[in-house]
Amino acid sequence: MGIEVVVEGLTKSFGKQNIWQDVSLTLPAGEVSVMLGPSGTGKTVFLKSIIGLLKPEQGRVLINGVDMVNSPERDIMETRKLFGLMFQDGALFGSMSLFDNIAFPLREHTRKKESEIRRIVMERIDIVGLLGAEGKLPGEISGGMRKRAGLARALVLDPQIILCDEPDSGLDPVRTAYLSQLLIDLNAQIDATMLIVTHNLDIAATVPDNMGMLFCRNLVTFGPREVLLTSDTPVVSQFLAGRREGPIGMSEEKDAATLAAEQLADTVPLPTGPRTVVPQLEPSPGMPVRQGALRRRERVMSMMGQLPEAARTAILDSYAPAAGGARA
Amino acid sequence: MTAPMPVRQPEPPEKPPPATSEKAPGQVRPSRLLAPLRETGKLFALAVAVARAIFRRPFQVREFIEQFWFVASVTILPAALVSIPFGAVIALQVGSLTQQLGAQSFTGGASVLAVIQQASPLIVALLISGAAGSAICADLGSRKIREELDAMEVMGVSPIQRLVVPRVLATMLVAVLLNGLISVVGTLGGYFFNVIMQDGTPGAYLASFSALAQLPDLYISEFKALIFGFIAGIVAAYRGLNPRGGPKGVGDAVNQSVVITFMLLFFVNMVLTAIYLQIVPAKGS
Repeated sequence: MGIEVVVEGLTKSFGKQNIWQDVSLTLPAGEVSVMLGPSGTGKTVFLKSIIGLLKPEQGRVLINGVDMVNSPERDIMETRKLFGLMFQDGALFGSMSLFDNIAFPLREHTRKKESEIRRIVMERIDIVGLLGAEGKLPGEISGGMRKRAGLARALVLDPQIILCDEPDSGLDPVRTAYLSQLLIDLNAQIDATMLIVTHNLDIAATVPDNMGMLFCRNLVTFGPREVLLTSDTPVVSQFLAGRREGPIGMSEEKDAATLAAEQLADTVPLPTGPRTVVPQLEPSPGMPVRQGALRRRERVMSMMGQLPEAARTAILDSYAPAAGGARA
Repeated sequence: MTAPMPVRQPEPPEKPPPATSEKAPGQVRPSRLLAPLRETGKLFALAVAVARAIFRRPFQVREFIEQFWFVASVTILPAALVSIPFGAVIALQVGSLTQQLGAQSFTGGASVLAVIQQASPLIVALLISGAAGSAICADLGSRKIREELDAMEVMGVSPIQRLVVPRVLATMLVAVLLNGLISVVGTLGGYFFNVIMQDGTPGAYLASFSALAQLPDLYISEFKALIFGFIAGIVAAYRGLNPRGGPKGVGDAVNQSVVITFMLLFFVNMVLTAIYLQIVPAKGS
């Protein structure tokens, strides 16, 4: 079973520039979460802060009682072995073949025999669809392949927490869909806590149990996916619809004057009313039931009273057929 | 429709107050004057971290051997080629000076001391920082900007233990061995030029050699080489681990690493020589 990640009051600045402040959220154990946000809102910084590569000035990131911000380096190093991080461009070692890259964590942290390592690595290579390319150097393959190799390397130690930095960038829509399915299947198999940072709307709509959004130096919201998907907060609805009209501008937030002018000019009625929530991806046939999804159901049902009306309806809708017996 | 186009107005009606609230109250702006001190402090911190990581298991034998072989292969040939003319220059210079003073029989001892104590460690310093240090700095720097080091750290592997320690140890060991090689080749070169070119006698050369030279001269020479190897490795690793901004930054880092190492090594050489001359009595006194 995965591990819960508790983030409390995290604040990060580079010099004078504040990236985000007072971010608090909990990634529930074994569930899949997505962090959305326009480009340049510090999503990657957030990911690197969780794993302790960057040190926020304030706040804590608690994993198994270890604070990834302030604990001694030795404890942090030990805790990192629970993580698998998929970098935006793979971050493979340029001087090693794909096989050696993927075998690296095994060789560093385990005393397995070479034959055993070979078996595990080839299995992971098969999962991400890179069979036949294991002898190539990272410089000799495409960006999408590097990304998948990076994912294979992140998976090789059977991590309890998997962090993915923009798994979709550089992949075509079909491969992105396969990758989404792969992430859900993985979650069903190893029950790891997952956090995916992305701005791909397909992934956001179909993969996660929980969603959050960073905008304008703040965590706008974090909660069950239905809350964001049905939210009528301007920032969230603008982002999910991919519109120009709204508080998100080209660089950062728009200034008040532009926004006011926009509202005056806004004669075309925007599609309003409750948006439909796309059903979440299910594990492929033959995969075990996602334990995280079962736990999430309990959790969401118990917090029903605090959720907005639209989200409540959407959640009840999504659980209605399941209650009929298909997955019971 | 008469509504104006949603263009950005030239001046927003009220400007938000300059970002004072975003600045943490206790934050002091780092002074530019103190920047060199800060860098020096970080360099020492890295040196301490490396010194501690040397004793942490598991030791990276494979990486160490690879790096040792690499550093040795890029330095041995230039070292030998540089040391022959260097020994010759010293022999010729000292030879002509002693000839004028009428102390020709001491040429051997004088030139050998100059080669073993000064020239040899300095040639080591030049080659280790110029050939090995620059390669190490460029290697680590390019790994850093490709996020390979971050990836390594994320996998719970310390880049200092995995990459820096084997490199620093390799430069230290190569420096010591290289110093021996240069001492021998330089002395032989000096002997050759003194005896063949300046008509010195082999007997006088060897006699003055054993009259003036003593074993501590060799020890200090090797000790200097060891320290030089350590400093060159640490500086190269430090600059390589902290490149500023992209591929150009790596180039700058390599350049700086060589320059910084040179200055440090010549300064350290001066200090070590001064201390040595104070605490080790000259032979026969």
